[in-house]
Amino acid sequence: MLKDITLGQYFPGNTIAHRLDPRSKLILIVLYIAALFQATGWISYALVTAVTALCMIVSHISPKNIFKGLKPMLFIIALTALLNLFYTAGRPIVPGWPMTWEGLARSVQMILRIVLLITGTFLLTYTTSPIALTDGLELLLSPLKKIKVPVHEMTIMMSMALRFIPTLIEETDKIMSAQKARGADFETGRLTERAKALLPILVPLFVSAFRRADELAVAMESRCYHGGDGRTRMKVLHFAARDWAALALGLLFLAGMIVLKRFGL
Amino acid sequence: MSIISFKQVHYTYPGDELESLCGADLEIEEGEFVAVLGHNGSGKSTLAKHMNAILIPDEGKVVVDGIDSSEEDKAFEIRRRVGMVFQNPDNQIVANVVEDDVAFAPENLGVPSEEIRARVDAALQQVGMYEYRTHAPHLLSGGQKQRVAIAGVIAMQPKIIVLDEPTAMLDPQGREEVLSTVTKLCREKGMTVVFITHHMDECIGADKLVIMSNGYIKAVGTPADIFSDVEMMAREGLAVPETTKLIYELNSVGFSLPLGELDEESCAAVIAAAMKK
Repeated sequence: MLKDITLGQYFPGNTIAHRLDPRSKLILIVLYIAALFQATGWISYALVTAVTALCMIVSHISPKNIFKGLKPMLFIIALTALLNLFYTAGRPIVPGWPMTWEGLARSVQMILRIVLLITGTFLLTYTTSPIALTDGLELLLSPLKKIKVPVHEMTIMMSMALRFIPTLIEETDKIMSAQKARGADFETGRLTERAKALLPILVPLFVSAFRRADELAVAMESRCYHGGDGRTRMKVLHFAARDWAALALGLLFLAGMIVLKRFGL
Repeated sequence: MSIISFKQVHYTYPGDELESLCGADLEIEEGEFVAVLGHNGSGKSTLAKHMNAILIPDEGKVVVDGIDSSEEDKAFEIRRRVGMVFQNPDNQIVANVVEDDVAFAPENLGVPSEEIRARVDAALQQVGMYEYRTHAPHLLSGGQKQRVAIAGVIAMQPKIIVLDEPTAMLDPQGREEVLSTVTKLCREKGMTVVFITHHMDECIGADKLVIMSNGYIKAVGTPADIFSDVEMMAREGLAVPETTKLIYELNSVGFSLPLGELDEESCAAVIAAAMKK
């Protein structure tokens, strides 16, 4: 069950989406989110959906993988949709019931907005390796080093965290099995009881995580890690013509969305 | 001159009462395959961590390739000469992709990118993991992970590789993979290898065998000489190869055969020759 978590998952490939510089992809995702929040009418929503679908086709990411990633968010999506359906004033669908046509429209738009938002970020993490992503982030944020923001340290922590997610998930599975073998019960009982039952998992998990961190630090030092100064990269990031083109398209998209919003479409 | 030399090294971990190393003297020559054998808590890992300046002796000194490890600003210079592989492969792999992990050390050393690429490819080929260069490390087997860790160290181009119980968490196949990889590095590339283990059978092919117990270096010599001292090995609670044991038992009932024959064929030949007489 824990294996289903798709957080930070990367599907290797060689499409244009994979080859784009991670920095331009990071900027594009910001542009995309900004554009998405300009959407007000059906035409603009249709445009964002079309653009997202186009990106999915270009990057060879199947809808199946997106749906898999959306699964944990289903509850939030359903809740938002229901709230909008019931709490929007307007013409009732069935007289006497609190559902309105306006509410229906809003909730569909809300679902679209959340799904598109998540899909966009998935497209980023599915086509960019975590190392490239953190490298790109470090370079984008590097001006902040001037005002003493520890950018390198932050990004290396991020990449280590991503690296250890699968390891810690495996470990959690192991501990759960071990505790179940000792008669622990995680599935029944009231919420407080179930929360308490998690304690025998969390304590060993934390202890082992600290031990791992300690060993990792020694191993990193043994491989001459000494912070970000004087470090080089095997994969140097290149801002190619396609990156400028992609950024131009991204800006155009955002501009188009702003225009559509002006006209209330 | 020896490439690593320990002179009366004493070390106590902070907060411990007992010394973990009690006056260790050891000379390791360039190009040698040195095996260190001992039980848990015998001081093997403490010895290893002195070889790349992770631990600094409380007393005595460690000299690595002419550099005294107590000079604080030289730790970096020592570490680029001494690659270290640890027991748990999961806790020493830093990246989500095999080749990015192997590139970690040369990146830290500030090597130009084209050269890192060349080093990474060469290192992965040497350990036979080149086809896996774009894989995620957590999906590899233990032996494969450990070979990636070895590649990560080779890419640093060290003179010495120290492996601290690299086979302790592996299945027999993984142990064999790791042992043959480092043996090849030593014999073909002339790299100095220090191999720490508690499996007696992994020491047989070494040039030099070091026996450790309770913080003391009990014996240093060729595996044949060390294993021949069956009483000493028994006192330390360490196993000897079956061949040595067989000849020892035969000698105790009246034969007088040489104890130094470690592989099965030469052992059989010695016994056959004795039977003919």
